[in-house]
Amino acid sequence: MPDIKSKKLKRVDLIFAEDCNYKEVLKKTLNRSRDEVVQEILDSGLRGRGGAGFPTGLKWKFTAQEESDEKFVVCNADEGEPGTFKDREILLKVPFKVFGGMAVCGYVIGAKEGYVYLRGEYEFLKEDIQKQIDHFHKTLDDLGLDFRIKLLLGSGAYICGEESALFESMEGKRGEPRNKPPYPTQNGFRGKPTVINNVESLVYSLMICDLGAQKFQELGTADSRGSKVFSISGDTPISGIYELELGMSLAEFVEEFGDGDTKAVQVGGAAGFCVPRKKFNDTIIGFEGVPTGGSMMLFNSSRSMYNVLKNYVEFFREESCGQCTPCRVGCQQLLKGIEAVKRGDQPTTYLQTLLKLTEVMKVTAKCGLGQSVANSFSSIVDNFKEEMIY
Amino acid sequence: MKELIKDLADQHGRTRESLLPILQGIVKKERRVSEEAMSEVARELDMSAALVYGTATFYSFLDTQPRGKYVIRLCRTITCDMKGKKEILDTLKQLLKINLGETTKDNRFSLLETNCLGWCHKGPAMLINEEAYTELTPDKVSEIIDEYMKNEI
Repeated sequence: MPDIKSKKLKRVDLIFAEDCNYKEVLKKTLNRSRDEVVQEILDSGLRGRGGAGFPTGLKWKFTAQEESDEKFVVCNADEGEPGTFKDREILLKVPFKVFGGMAVCGYVIGAKEGYVYLRGEYEFLKEDIQKQIDHFHKTLDDLGLDFRIKLLLGSGAYICGEESALFESMEGKRGEPRNKPPYPTQNGFRGKPTVINNVESLVYSLMICDLGAQKFQELGTADSRGSKVFSISGDTPISGIYELELGMSLAEFVEEFGDGDTKAVQVGGAAGFCVPRKKFNDTIIGFEGVPTGGSMMLFNSSRSMYNVLKNYVEFFREESCGQCTPCRVGCQQLLKGIEAVKRGDQPTTYLQTLLKLTEVMKVTAKCGLGQSVANSFSSIVDNFKEEMIY
Repeated sequence: MKELIKDLADQHGRTRESLLPILQGIVKKERRVSEEAMSEVARELDMSAALVYGTATFYSFLDTQPRGKYVIRLCRTITCDMKGKKEILDTLKQLLKINLGETTKDNRFSLLETNCLGWCHKGPAMLINEEAYTELTPDKVSEIIDEYMKNEI
C-alpha cells in the first residue's frame, strides 16, 4: 500500500443536490468552445465511476478527435455489480442531470444521438424515465441543441455492463464482449466512435461544468479526485446510498457504517476486493488503494466468508458469457474446487492450485469479468483460509 | 403469435437492432419465446433463425421454456441471503407448492432465482414480472401472493 495519508470521512452533496439549474448549466456550457469544456473535465481529474476508473475527459477528448459521420453517447445504466444500487436512485431523483451530462458530451464530441441502456431488472422505471426524456427533449429544443436520447432495456445479463458487450446487446446480438483494442472511442456502437459513461460519471461531468474543475479537484486525493456515491449494504445499521469524499481509510468508513463487529468489507462488489479487519487502517478507498464502483458490503463476525465466496463464484459461473474458455471453465472449476476442499475431498493445498487458476484467468480471460474473478477469490481465500477449510 | 410479432416489428422496426426489443415484447405477452416464435421473428425480420435463437437464448430474462403468468425472481445475492432470503424461498415454495425452477399446475406462477436485483439495502427482494418487492418477510410474501391469486389467469 503506498504511503498516502488518508482523508477524514466527509459527506458530500453534489449528485443529489437540488439547487442545480441544469438548464442554465447547459446554456452556459454550450456557449463555451468544445476544447474548453473537454479541458475543464480533464482538469477536474474525474475518473469513470462505474469501477474501472478511466479518465472521463480523455474518453471525451479521444472521441472528439475521431473523424466520423456519426458518433454516439451511451449512458451505461446496466448496474449489475452485486451490492450496487446507486444508478437507479440517480436516474430516479436527478434524471435531468444525467441527460444534461449526455447532452454536454454530445456537444463536445459531435454526437446527435444518445442512448440510455437500462438493466432489465429496472423495467418498472421505464415509463417514468421515458417521460423525463421527452421533457428533456423540449429543453434541448429551447436551447437549439440537435441531440436526442433513446431508452433501451437489457434483459438480465450482468456481462452487458461491460462496454463492448453492451454495444453488442444494443445491436441485437448476444452480449459477448469484443476484443480490445479497438476501444469504443474509435469503434463503439455500430462500429462508430462512442463515449460510454456510467450514470454517475455523466452527472459529475455536468456538475463540473457548473461548479468548475477547481471545486471538484479540492475534494479527494491526487489519484482519486472528487466524491463518489456509495451503495452500502450488509451488516450495517444504516444501509443505503451515501455520497462521500474519496480517499478515506476503510477504518474511518467502518467506524461510520459498521455495526461495531465488522470482520471484513467487500469493496467493489463480487468483482472487487475483500479487506479484513486487520487491514482497515491501511486501506484507502480510491484508486491508490482499493477502488470501487460504489458497492460496499459489510460482514460481521457471525458471517461465514466461505458462504460469501461461494455466493460470488456461483454468480460469476452463471454470468460468464461462455465465450472464452478461461472464464467459462475457470469459474466452474473454482466452484467445484472450493466445495471439494470444504468437504475434505481435496487437500487444503488444493487452494493454492485454485489461486494459480485465478492468476491464469486474470491474464487470459477476454474481458473484465473473467479477469476480476481473481480479486475476490484471492483476497477472501488469502485472508480467511481457515474458513475455507473448516 | 404471427400478429403479435408483426405488430412488434411495426413498432420497433425490422433491423437486427430491433431484435432485442421485439423478443422482450414477446416475453411480456407470452412469458417466453418459443422456438416457433423465434422462427416467426426470423421470417418477419428476414434474418436467419440461428441469429434469433442465438440472441434469444443468451439473456436470462428471455425465457425459452414455458413459464407461468407471473414469474417470480428471488434475489440470490449474499446481502439478500444474509437478510433471510432462505426463509422467503421456503415460504414461496410452501405457498405455491413448487420447487425452484418449476411452474404451478394452473400456470399462474413460476419460481426462479436471479442475481443481484439492486435492492441490497432493502433485502430480501424479488421481482414478480417487472414489479419489485423489497424488505420481504414471510407474512408480507403471503399477502403479496394472495393478491396475485385474486387475479384471473
